[in-house]
Order: sequence, then C-alpha cells, then structure tokens
Amino acid sequence: MFVRDMRNEARQPPAAVDATPAERGIGHRGVYVYDAPVRLWHWVNAAAILMLALTGYLIGTGTPAMSGQASGNFLFGYIRFAHFSAGYVLSVGFVLRIYSALIGNRHATQIFCVPLWRGCFWREVHQEIRRYGFLAVEPDRRVGHNPLAQLAMFLMFTQTVTFMIVTGFALYGQGAGSDSWQDRLFGWVFSIWPNSQDVHTWHHLGLWVILVFVLVHIYAVIREDIMSRRSISSMISGEREFRD
Amino acid sequence: MGGATETLYSVIRRQGITRRSFHKFCSLTAASLGLGPLAASTIADALETKPRVPVIWLHGLECTCCSESFIRSAHPLIKDMLLSMISLDYDDTIMAAAGEQAEAILEEARAKYKGKYVLAVEGNPPLKQGGMFCIDGGKPFVERLRSMAEESMAIIAWGTCASWGCVQAAKPNPTGAAPIDQVIKNKPIIKVPGCPPIAEVMSGLVTFITTFGKLPELDRQGRPKMFYSERIHDKCYRRSHFDAGQFVEEWDDECARKGHCLYKMGCKGPTTYNACSALRWNGGVSFPIQSGHGCLSCSEDGFWDKGSFYDRLTTIKQFGIEKNADQIGMAAAGVVGLTVAAHAAVTAVKRLTNKPDRTAPPK
Repeated sequence: MFVRDMRNEARQPPAAVDATPAERGIGHRGVYVYDAPVRLWHWVNAAAILMLALTGYLIGTGTPAMSGQASGNFLFGYIRFAHFSAGYVLSVGFVLRIYSALIGNRHATQIFCVPLWRGCFWREVHQEIRRYGFLAVEPDRRVGHNPLAQLAMFLMFTQTVTFMIVTGFALYGQGAGSDSWQDRLFGWVFSIWPNSQDVHTWHHLGLWVILVFVLVHIYAVIREDIMSRRSISSMISGEREFRD
Repeated sequence: MGGATETLYSVIRRQGITRRSFHKFCSLTAASLGLGPLAASTIADALETKPRVPVIWLHGLECTCCSESFIRSAHPLIKDMLLSMISLDYDDTIMAAAGEQAEAILEEARAKYKGKYVLAVEGNPPLKQGGMFCIDGGKPFVERLRSMAEESMAIIAWGTCASWGCVQAAKPNPTGAAPIDQVIKNKPIIKVPGCPPIAEVMSGLVTFITTFGKLPELDRQGRPKMFYSERIHDKCYRRSHFDAGQFVEEWDDECARKGHCLYKMGCKGPTTYNACSALRWNGGVSFPIQSGHGCLSCSEDGFWDKGSFYDRLTTIKQFGIEKNADQIGMAAAGVVGLTVAAHAAVTAVKRLTNKPDRTAPPK
C-alpha cells in the first residue's frame, strides 16, 4: 500500500492521477485528500490540545493566589476540570481517529503507519531534508503528507499523544483511587516509574514536545502554501488545490 | 522476650484483664475494622488459640530512625506491643542480651520457629565488595539477611532503606546499597516505606499480622493498602486551598501565614503515598504540612535523587545539564522557534533573490 502511495504521489504530479480533465482544463485542480472524520478530528483535537496545554501549564506552575476564603473559590478545581475534560475529548477523539484510519482512505493511515523499513521512504525523507535545507528547489506536489512530515507526525505527534494519554490517565487514576478503572487500566505506568513525580516530569516534557511540533507544523503548512502553491485549506474543505 | 507458644489471650489474662474485657476488645476491634458482627468471635477465637507471632528484627545499613519511630507508637502503646502482642525474639538495638548471647538467641529463634516467624528488616544490605560495608556479628549483613530470610514466613521491609534504598543508595551509591527485594526474591515482602514510617503504621501492621495470622492486602508496589492507598494530597487538610487556587509563594508571605497550599513551594504531597495527613505524627499531633513545610516525599522511591526538595519536577541530569522539564521544554521551544524564524527568513530571501517562474507549468 505504501509502496503504491509513494510511487503515485512522489513520482508523478497527483493531479494527473486524481483530477478530472475538466478540472485540469480550468487550471484549478482540487484533489480530495482528507475525508470528513479526519478533518473533524483534526480541529477537535487541535482545540483539545490548546486547552490541555494551557490548563496543563497552569496546573504545573500554579495560579497567582486568589483572595478570600477557600470556600468562595474553586479556580484550580475548574482549571483541573477543564484539563481532565479536554483530556477525555482528546482520548476519545484519538480512539475514533484510529478507527477512522482503519476504515478511511490512505491519507487517514499516514500518521499511524510509517514504512520505516522501505528504502524508498528514506530516500524521499532525504530529498525532503535537502528541500528544507535549500539544496533542492523543486516544489512538493504530493497530495498527502510528504515523508518527512509523516515521520515528524508519527514521532512527535502520534507517539507523544499516545504517551500523554497513557501517563495522563495514570496520573488521573492517582486521584480517582486505586479501585478506579483508570488505575486498573493505566496503573502499570507506576511499575515503570514507581515514584509518580517522574511521571509528572515526563508528562510535562510531553507538553513541550507537542508545543515544538505545533510550531513546526504551523510553520511548514504556511510555508508550503506559499512555496509549493498548495492550499492549506485542505484540512477544512478536504480538497487540496494546486494553484499552478 | 516471652515464650512463643503462648497465646495473646493467655498473656492478657495473666496481666489481670478479665475475659469480659477481652471480648469487649474483640468486638471493638471488629467494629473499628468495619467487619460484620460475627467477626468478633473469630478474632476472639484467633487470639485464644493462635500462638503469638514471633518477630525477629534485623538492622542493616540504616540510621535507626525506624526503631525510634516504632518505640513512640501511641495506638497501640509500644509497651503493650512488646510485652503482650508480639513475641519480639531478637532486636539487637532494644534487647538486653549482647555479644555472643545475642547471636545465640538469633540462631535459636531461627531453628525454633522455622517457617513461622516474621523477619522485620530495618536498613538494607550493601552489595559491593562482597557486602563488606556492613558487618554484623563478624559477617557481612547480606549473609545474615539471606540466612534469616530463608526460614521466615514473611518479611517486613521497614522504612525507605529496606523498601527503596534511601540515602545510602544515592548516586553514585559507593557501597552498592540495595533494597531488600533485590536480594530476597522467594519470600513475600511487605514494604513499609517512609523515613521513618509513622509509628502507628508500623505497630498497626504488626497488630494486623499477629491478630489475623496473615499478611495484609498489598498494592502494586508491595505496600499495605490500608496505609498507602492514598496520597498525602488526598487527605491533606489544606486541600481546599489547592482547589481554590490559594498558594503560598514565599515562606513568609501572607498566604503562608494563612496556611494556604504549599504546592508552589514544591510540596510533594500530590506524588507521595503515605498516611501522614490521616494519622499524623507523634500521637496525632502534627505532620510536616501542618507545621508549614511541604512534603519531601520521603516514602517514595528515589526521593533522595530527584533534585531539589522544593521543586515538584525531577531534575534531569542527562547530557550534563541540570534542569527540570519545564526549563528544558522552554529552551527547546525557544531554539525551535528561532530556527523556524531563521528558516522563514532564508526562505523569503531565497524567494526574493531567485524569483520562480510562475508561468512555467508544473513538472
């Protein structure tokens, strides 16, 4: 499957494969890339991560002191509630996203399954690095993610989010108690790190990995829109337009 | 210290306690443990018929703070523990015998109560250089530990030393001090971490084992659930300030005087499993957070090697840096941010100096 993907996407302009002649004729070629569940997930997920990152940072560092009686305030409680709720949204979304990868089109599986064992994949990664290092100039005409982006998404996003979900539920299970399903399902994390302080520390590091990913992700998307003249709106409409 | 075949009942009768009082005690114990009405007679039966559990107490590489804590137990009082409830056959720190006599008692107890005694270990064995860093009775402590563990029913690992290693196992651990579960693999080990453990936790555990003749339910890490199933944070009396977002920011600020949450001062209550906030110390007088200082996490694995006691994140020492997760993350984000900006700038310059041919068809 991935061999086919790469041959199709890398060696030929995708428009020639996927677009109808009529579309080509008007010089405005859209290719349907991301199906509706993937797009919906992307934005729900992005909102959840934004919420998780903000509340998570506040939980980690603490808020400025609230005045008045403890009974009159519940700020930290609300922040933690928002964090946990967003965590549930992220987790349920992630599980549904795995399901959609199983039933969806080939672009839906890209962030979960990376053909690391294929030589041609690494050759394309190399080519992509050359492109970002200003050593090659030809624009990227691929429909889905390029191999470098795919690798970054898998390593920095998919794996980190999985790690954050697992450690997040394990830490949640500490508060929920040792008889909670969170502890039964994810308590094994504390067999790896018996002192949960370490789990907190790694959970914090995860936030920064995600943040670094978001920086690179947004920059690459905007840059690609300009340099390769591919539309970034494909995550909204599902269609990727090639404007020249 | 007392013959081992006698029962708790025979001992307390000899001390002048009536049978009526004995049954009252059993009913109260059953009620306080949350057991059904029939359990009182089960407890009475057990105390009348089961022999007192012999306990042998060894000391390895340690500071004796566990013993110091244990002898301050208020509920039950330590004198009741030692004189009536358990048969403490050997404990070189508090026994009258010494030297050859003490050694003889140990060997005798080992042979007499084969497979029946509880081995309480305070401290841990150093393993490097053949265990020569802790010599007990002319031999490395690790050898004594192995031979005594061989014939024991179960082992109690007193304190953070025996449970996790504690400060003598701190990096670079020159003596190779190791928690006892790294040495003894074939016996049930109950970990009672804490530096030291709370007196009532220690005596409560011994009471449970002597009363029921079995080991309590243990959690994933081998700690008795009845004392270690919740964090300091879960029962902390300052928890309402945590939820309200009221934190101490300086040791002498207004919030500190008002007794607000010590979370921002690095209190490790949220990551520490222990009973301090429920049982407290010195007969329920106080505990660290109550006296205005954060929890140091003394009952958790590796607490001595995690960096500052006033930082909730572990110091990361890899790659020759000593920073916590947030500092590393922020630095990484900064570097990536600058790289992105630089890359964008180079892209813009390239694009301006090397205008691509817009009209050319895509290849």
